Amino acid sequence: MKRLYPILSIVTVALLGYALYQALVIAPTDALQGDVYRIIYYHVPSAWTAFLLFFINFVASVRYLAGSKASTEMAVKWIAIFIGVVGFIAPFLPPVRAKIPAGMEPSAVATTIVLIPVFYFLVGKWFPGDKLDVLALTSAEVGVVFCTIVLVTGPLWARPVWGIWWAPGDIRLTSTLVMWLIYVSYLVLRRFSNSAQTQMLAAALAVFGALDVPLVYLSIWFFRTQHPQPVIGGGGQMDPRMLHVLLFSWMAFLLFGFLVCWSRFRLELLKREVEQAHAMESLVGAEASSNTSLPLSRSAR
Amino acid sequence: MNAVRFLFTAYVATWVIHLFYIGTLVRRFSKLRQQLRELGKGK
Repeated sequence: MKRLYPILSIVTVALLGYALYQALVIAPTDALQGDVYRIIYYHVPSAWTAFLLFFINFVASVRYLAGSKASTEMAVKWIAIFIGVVGFIAPFLPPVRAKIPAGMEPSAVATTIVLIPVFYFLVGKWFPGDKLDVLALTSAEVGVVFCTIVLVTGPLWARPVWGIWWAPGDIRLTSTLVMWLIYVSYLVLRRFSNSAQTQMLAAALAVFGALDVPLVYLSIWFFRTQHPQPVIGGGGQMDPRMLHVLLFSWMAFLLFGFLVCWSRFRLELLKREVEQAHAMESLVGAEASSNTSLPLSRSAR
Repeated sequence: MNAVRFLFTAYVATWVIHLFYIGTLVRRFSKLRQQLRELGKGK
């Protein structure tokens, strides 16, 4: 494990470097937007990584909340299995299929829904007990970093293309900003609350906050918005060379995000170790002082 | 501002944000390691 981290770091730096080269040199120039469209090679992978991290935060939070009681854990386990089975079959049924927006494949919808129980069981297996809470915190914090990049690079693309920095009232933009604010408030709660219930409250906030994630993702399909249509699953109008560069860039950012999460996870474990050591030290100190004061109190009698 | 400047600003801003965050992680790591060392000395 100790060797894996530096090896992955070198691989990530190489991939990010090559992704940058592809984004600036290999990818063809857009006929309408010119070179400024190349912002999507940072904007879109950052958005997808943020979505994935918020999804992991949601799953870890649900699992953490469910783990408080054996009966709840069992019920949530069966709900996850039910969602997976129904989600796998339903998108292919004609009445449901008719309601899926044009350009969105039923197989893509089924795969996305099946990921919920898959992640639920994998996260529970790999992150037992309090590590679930550490995972939730880690994914939210790194997700906010990626979402911040989305909110910074988006207006930098919009200004030369739309002529405005921000389209007020646009549902994609507004829901993304709301999503960012929800996860920032989640982090503020975790940072400044010292109550014993903080972890539970944060997990509950994360579950409700996650409701905004599908709204952000699906808003461009269901609502009239100024934001460009999806580059994947939305009709597939992107040049295959551009799509290749975009997917490569996402892979590089995904690996980078994984490494940052790994570091943040280790940091949180170290922090809890230090807190535990402080608590033990003060406990030993208190015990020692009570032992020395005991003979005095006896002699006083 | 030239459109290409927006592209470079976006790329630079991305890495400034990432590096700033990594910097905060490194700072927090070294602070915690220092605390652990001090706790070890206390024993």
